[in-house]
Amino acid sequence: MAALLEVTDLHAGYGPTNVLSGIAFNVEEGGITALLGANGAGKTTTLRAVCGMIRRRGSVTFAGERIDGRATEDIVRLGLAHVPDGRGTFVQLTTEENLRIGALTRRDRKAVAADMDRMYGYFPRLRERGSQQAGTLSGGEQQMLAIARALMLRPKLLVLDEPSFGLAPLVVQDIFRIMRTVNREEKVSILLVEQNARLALELADQALLLETGKVVLGGPAAQIRDDETVRRAYLGY
Amino acid sequence: MEAFLHQILSGLAAGGIYASLALALVMIYQSTHHINFAQGEMAMFSTYLAWTFIDAGFSYWIAFVATLGISFLAGILIERIVIRPVERAPVLSVVIVFIALLVIFNSLAGWIYTYTIKSFPSPFSAGLFPQNPYMSPHEMGTIAVTFIVLILLYAFFRFTPLGLAMRAAAQNPVSSRLAGIRVGWMLALGWGLAATIGAVAGMMVAPVVYLDPNMMAGVLLYAFAAALLGGIDNPFGAVLGGFIVGVAENLLGAYVIGTELKLTVALVLIVAVLLFKPSGFFGRVIVTRV
Amino acid sequence: MKAGGGLDGRRLAGVVLVVLALAALPFFLSDYRTFQFTQAIVYAIVLLGLNILTGYNGQISLGHGAFFAIGAYTAAILMDRFGVPYWATLPAAGLICFVFGFLFGLPALRLQGHYLALATFALAVATPQLLKYKRLEEWTGGVQGIVIIKPDPPFGLPLSQDRWLYLFTLVVAIVLFAVAWNILRGRTGRALIALRDQPIAAEAMGVNGAIYKSTAFGISALYTGIGGALGAIAVQFVAPDSFTAFLSISFVVGIVVGGLATLSGAVWGALFIQFVPNFADQISKAAPWAIYGAVLLAFIYLMPGGVASMLRGVAAKVLRR
Ligand SMILES: Nc1ncnc2c1ncn2[C@@H]1O[C@H](COP(=O)(O)OP(=O)(O)OP(=O)(O)O)[C@@H](O)[C@H]1O
Ligand SMILES: [Mg+2]
Repeated sequence: MAALLEVTDLHAGYGPTNVLSGIAFNVEEGGITALLGANGAGKTTTLRAVCGMIRRRGSVTFAGERIDGRATEDIVRLGLAHVPDGRGTFVQLTTEENLRIGALTRRDRKAVAADMDRMYGYFPRLRERGSQQAGTLSGGEQQMLAIARALMLRPKLLVLDEPSFGLAPLVVQDIFRIMRTVNREEKVSILLVEQNARLALELADQALLLETGKVVLGGPAAQIRDDETVRRAYLGY
Repeated sequence: MEAFLHQILSGLAAGGIYASLALALVMIYQSTHHINFAQGEMAMFSTYLAWTFIDAGFSYWIAFVATLGISFLAGILIERIVIRPVERAPVLSVVIVFIALLVIFNSLAGWIYTYTIKSFPSPFSAGLFPQNPYMSPHEMGTIAVTFIVLILLYAFFRFTPLGLAMRAAAQNPVSSRLAGIRVGWMLALGWGLAATIGAVAGMMVAPVVYLDPNMMAGVLLYAFAAALLGGIDNPFGAVLGGFIVGVAENLLGAYVIGTELKLTVALVLIVAVLLFKPSGFFGRVIVTRV
Repeated sequence: MKAGGGLDGRRLAGVVLVVLALAALPFFLSDYRTFQFTQAIVYAIVLLGLNILTGYNGQISLGHGAFFAIGAYTAAILMDRFGVPYWATLPAAGLICFVFGFLFGLPALRLQGHYLALATFALAVATPQLLKYKRLEEWTGGVQGIVIIKPDPPFGLPLSQDRWLYLFTLVVAIVLFAVAWNILRGRTGRALIALRDQPIAAEAMGVNGAIYKSTAFGISALYTGIGGALGAIAVQFVAPDSFTAFLSISFVVGIVVGGLATLSGAVWGALFIQFVPNFADQISKAAPWAIYGAVLLAFIYLMPGGVASMLRGVAAKVLRR
């Protein structure tokens, strides 16, 4: 399998402080890659750097194009959807409008309408709340909305930052099931940041471990899952 | 009684003009939280532009459309060239840039067109509206135009993808970028719209107050009052505020304090709203769950 | 002359030298030029006042023309109606403006950034109309304004009226600058700056924001009012249309060009707003304002520290060599 996203020697940070010091990893086309690490390891920072939301240096290639010098909106338009930390809901707009925003860059109107229906199929609760102000949705509903909004882009790569954050276990299962469906049936590759390492490793094909701005371990998810020392030392289960 | 009715109705006409300019202010405030002190002078300059076309022999409506088009482009250019460099600068810098724009447009108009007042035609002839003793055709036309502007804006923001993109960019720039929206251009479009709406206001007020480089000072103050009263982030509130302020101004002028303190009334209104109801009467209450 | 720095021997000598040069200046100039420099000193006082508020305390005022007008009218009315000597009108103008400023500062406490700018802008726009108000006409002279008589030098000093007024204004300015320097370099100055840069932290450390901010407004208005009184005496005339919004705007131009939050900036700014329009005026009536606008943009984009910080930079370079 070819790499959809190739990151080499990526440095990034906020203001004067550097958080990432030269990380490198690939995300396989059609696969699910989990990015794991302790709080403050730099996972969110990595995703932001890839999407051009913060100052960064190094080489990032997405679908064969260099994106490390590009603006966020241009990167997104290449087919990279990002469900950010904190969900990024448009709180004053309705649920439906939030979904439409996800597809604003698309020109295929009919397909957009169909995708909207598909999202409501994945998350029936969103349909019920279609005309409700999105800021009044519950945290879990907003998380679903964020994922659905990202999928409305019809991305090649879906990047998720802790989608299970603050959700009830059943809802988390739901979301993980949908991620698998999307990956298998729609051939959307996924880069997943997750605190719940056990769940993430079950879902993912590949996994990376980040520690204070460096990739310390990477390989097939199954291998990491089965390596007890790694699990104990880094993942704590 | 008839006189009273007349005062109210002509207050509504003036209110329409305040409402339009207030709408222009809202366009820019919504997306950047900047109060554009140059809005009045931009409108004034647009009106001179229209005057130039009419003076050159074009028909009113051709001049009207051309002026709107040019104002739209000019608004976009101003945002891209003048405002963008201070997008993240401290408030003081932004305010000073607005003041600089105000001064430049004012003096440019004085330079090109001189300070002598000019008359400006009204496009609304007597036959256009039913004859009545309360309102002149221009007053009725002004109110109609205000509503047309409001409806067009509403339709644009509510029903078009571009309108949705602009609303999204105004509310949450970061998330908008993540949806592929070019936020910088959305802000520029907002400026373009504001300049266009301002041009309409200028062309509606010019037949009443005559055209001169300082004609918008009072109108701008009332538009500020209107926008604040209605809630400076709410287009409908701003329009309603415009009408309220217009009627109040007329009634106060006719029955209470006379017209010589018009601007002071606006000042008092502005300060009072800022102090006692900073979000205005219809300012959006944001319901957020964290 | 930056507030905060101490006054060592070399600096003191420098200040004394500058003062002597300034005192000697009118004896090399025509009466008309002297009058122009008097006005520049008046503006310097005003800009100092505005800078205390906007530069040091971060409260934006686009309406200081109103305080200037109050000071000017106070002086004119006292002299014209009550025969008060010109020098005695200054404390009165200062006091009245302090009260007005303090009172305006109280509601201003609740307004920040753009909103304060908006409220003060409205004040600036409304001022001329208010001065024309019929009920006040008996005092203000309405549209006609008030003509006042230029004071003669005291003790039969052999000076022209213009030179005397220049020297008088200069002395007042020196006193006011010394006072401002003293206020700003001490605890009060630090509190004002802290409230500008770190409002929450400053309040948490026990700085009473309300008192400091409204007092800053009051003092700022006091300076501006004294400037207004001196300006009225120098021009011998007050009328509503001298106090339009553009006057307030030119004060803002002055502090931006001179340098925000610097004492010497008030001087550079004053020279700018006094003399640059005069040159530009020869091109067209509208030209000075076009130049103001362009210069404002240029300073904000290229030299946000104003002339004062530019000169300081140059001086530092020269000294290092
Ligand atoms: N906006 C910011 N400004 C300054 N520093 C930041 C910012 N965001 C994150 N950091 C710092 O960068 C480092 C990495 O943070 P990051 O958010 O990438 O961690 P993370 O791996 O996503 O952690 P978590 O699992 O808690 O979300 C931390 O030390 C954090 O303090
Ligand atoms: Mg994180």
